[in-house]
Amino acid sequence: MNAGNPMFYVGAVGLILIGLFTVLTKRNLIKIIIGLTVLDTGVNILLVAIGYIHNRTAPILTQEHLDPTKMVDPVPQALVLTAIVIGLGVTALALGLAVRAYRHYKTLDTNKMRGLKW
Amino acid sequence: MRAAVSFAVLSLIAVGLALSLGHVPFGIDRMEVGRYYLTHGLADTGAANLVTGVVLNYRALDTLGEVTVLFIASLGLGVFMSLSGPRNGGKLPPTSLIVRRGAGFLFPLILLLGGYIFLHGHLTPGGGFQGGAVIASGFLLLYLGIPGLRLRHGPFTATESIAGLTFVIIGLIGLGVGGYFLSNFLPKGSPFALFSAGVIPILYVAIGLKVGAELAGIVANMIEGGEEG
Amino acid sequence: MIYIALLNVVMLVAALFAYYLRDLIAAVVACAAVSLLASILFYLLQAPDVAMAEAAIGAGLTTAIFVIAIRRTGRYEE
Repeated sequence: MNAGNPMFYVGAVGLILIGLFTVLTKRNLIKIIIGLTVLDTGVNILLVAIGYIHNRTAPILTQEHLDPTKMVDPVPQALVLTAIVIGLGVTALALGLAVRAYRHYKTLDTNKMRGLKW
Repeated sequence: MRAAVSFAVLSLIAVGLALSLGHVPFGIDRMEVGRYYLTHGLADTGAANLVTGVVLNYRALDTLGEVTVLFIASLGLGVFMSLSGPRNGGKLPPTSLIVRRGAGFLFPLILLLGGYIFLHGHLTPGGGFQGGAVIASGFLLLYLGIPGLRLRHGPFTATESIAGLTFVIIGLIGLGVGGYFLSNFLPKGSPFALFSAGVIPILYVAIGLKVGAELAGIVANMIEGGEEG
Repeated sequence: MIYIALLNVVMLVAALFAYYLRDLIAAVVACAAVSLLASILFYLLQAPDVAMAEAAIGAGLTTAIFVIAIRRTGRYEE
C-alpha cells in the first residue's frame, strides 16, 4: 500500500527547513531555541521514517506467535529514543543560558549582545 | 539581506536533502543489522521488547553515553541557576483548595505509573526514559499545584548519583564475568516473565530513577532558581 | 492515505505559527502542537516506544521548561 509515500519525508524535511530558518533569521534568543527544538523534532521524524517498511508491525513481541520477520527496523527507533532525551537536555541547558544572559544584558535581542552579532 | 542569504542556503539544503532522499525509497526493506537483531533478539537478550534489547544489550554503550550527556546537562543547569543571584519574584499565582489537594492526591499515582512503565520496559512499550519523564511530570504537577513549594535538592542528587553508579558498576561486573563491558550475565529466564532478560530490568530501573531524578531536578532548578548560599 | 497528508500539513502549519507569532507563550504552544503531531506520526510509523517518549518529553517537559524560562525573561519578542 503506497499510503503516505512521500508525505512523511515532506513533513520531516519541512520541519527541518522551518527550524533552520527560525534559527538563522530570528533575533530573540528564546525564538532561536524554539527553532532548535522544531529542527530536532524534524530530524527524529526523518530517522524513524527511513526505518519504516510497508505492511509490517512494531518490533515488540507481545505474544509467542508474532513473527519477527514481519517487523519494522528496530535500530532507528533505539537511536531516536536516545536522541529525544538528549534534545531535552540541550534545550534545558540553552534556556538556562538564556535566563543568565537576560539577567546580565537586560535584553534577549542578539543584535544588542556583544559577541553574538550575525 | 540576512533573509535573502538564509533563503539561498536553505534552498541549497532542501535540494540536497531531496536528491539524497530520492535514493531512499519509502518503505522498502533495506535492513541488514536490523534483520539479525529481529530474528536473534529474543534468544540473545531474553527481552520481548526488541527495541529494549537493542538499547540495553546490543547498543548499551550508547545508552551509557546518553546518560552521561543528560548528567552533564543537569549539572550545567544547576551551576547556572545557582549563580544567578537573588531569587527573583515570578511567584506562581495562588491556587484553590481543589487544585492543591488534587495535586497532592495525584502525585503518588503518577509516580506509580512511571514506576510501572520502567519496570516493564522489557515486556511492553516503554522503558527507563519514558518512565523517568512521567516521574518528572509528576514533580512538575506538584510544583504547579502548590505554589511556593521548595523541596530539598539533596534526595534528587543522591538518587541520580546512586543510580548512575549502579549502571556503571553492573557494567563492570559484566566485564569481569562475561568478558565485555555491560554483558548480560544474569540468567535469561523464560520470556514474557517479569524477571527475565538477565540484567536488563535492573539497568532500566537504574536508568528510570536516574532520568526521573535528573529531569525533576532540572524542573526544580528552573522554578526555584537555585539553592540558597 | 489522506489522513497522513493532512497530519503532515497541520504539523507544518503549526511550525509556521511557531515562527510567526510574536507572543512567545503562543509560539511555545505551537511548538507543543508540533510535538503532539510528531508523536501521532511516530505511532503511525509503527514506533510506540518513540511515540511515548516524544509525547512525555516533547509535549510535556519541554513546554513546561520553556514557559518557566519565558516567565523569567520577556514575554514579547521585541
